[in-house]
Amino acid sequence: MKYHLTFRYTFVLAVILLFCSCKGERKLPYYGMRDTKTVTNNDGSTTVDTIYQTIPAFKLLNQDSTEITNDTFKGKVYVADFFFTSCNTICPIMHRNMKKIFDNYKDNADVMLLSHTIDFKYDTPSVLKKYAQKLGVDGPKWQFAYGAKDTVYTLATKSYLVSVAQDDNDKQGYVHQGFLILIDKDRRIRGAYDGTNPEQVAQLEKDIPLLLAEDKS
Amino acid sequence: MRKLIILLSFSFTVICIFYSCQTADSVQRDAYYVNGRDLYIRHCQNCHGEKGEGLGELTPPLTDSIFMKQNKTQLACFIKNGVSKPLTIHGKVYEGKMPDFNLAPIDIAQLIVYITNGFGHKQGMYTPEQVAADLNKCR
Repeated sequence: MKYHLTFRYTFVLAVILLFCSCKGERKLPYYGMRDTKTVTNNDGSTTVDTIYQTIPAFKLLNQDSTEITNDTFKGKVYVADFFFTSCNTICPIMHRNMKKIFDNYKDNADVMLLSHTIDFKYDTPSVLKKYAQKLGVDGPKWQFAYGAKDTVYTLATKSYLVSVAQDDNDKQGYVHQGFLILIDKDRRIRGAYDGTNPEQVAQLEKDIPLLLAEDKS
Repeated sequence: MRKLIILLSFSFTVICIFYSCQTADSVQRDAYYVNGRDLYIRHCQNCHGEKGEGLGELTPPLTDSIFMKQNKTQLACFIKNGVSKPLTIHGKVYEGKMPDFNLAPIDIAQLIVYITNGFGHKQGMYTPEQVAADLNKCR
């Protein structure tokens, strides 16, 4: 009789555990500042909506000296970062990793990459073009953006939440964080990954399909 | 039969003992190789990659054995002074600049032992004295 009871408890416990392990689909978080908006429903009642931080409108030049704006990335999921071509510390690692993503999504037009240079003195579009060609990624999928210092630095620190700065004490003249920022189709920040850390880059590779699936449903 | 087995296993053990004996030279070379790997990870791996594969046409790979052999006495200069002239590796021309690394001759020697014995090469020991001599002849 006692055994019988033990079995029953074990069974109940097993069922509970089984259900606990069935987690719902993982959803990527929203980063940045939030705001609220009160919306009036059809029946006259009101509810509060969350407004997430989005990447504001920008206008930059790409490696072909063509203007790129938000519309270039309209309806796309994209990975953004900040670098400069003469950087030989973290940038080669970041771009080695981004190139893997570039190769994996070669045939998927919904995924793009956007690298902003923070070296406004030297990295003109023609320098970026050469860099892209040498990296073997020149084409519309991976955009290399050039802009005035204020434009790019504000975009980095205020919108993509990546710290960048000019530093005359540094041997290379610039210091910046190596984050790869994942942006969804509605210009919201959905992930930030250290582009020099293999585990975090692996996480990014797992998160991109999630984001692509989310936008389809 | 039993004697034979005992004899065989005994002689096998003896051979193994002798075989595993390392000379002082190879011990030193291995020490250089291991230290060189740490230096490589710190100073070179960003661009040249974990397996010396390079990065596109931006950074040349370190896997060209013929280049490594022909330019062995130049390697110290490349590391110490950087490179600004085009280099042909695996038949491809690389034009990018390599920055200079202000390292001590012992560090350069360890690095050279690592990159000329790793990545599929086997060129043996390189001493700080050889590095110092190479550096005097930098072009």
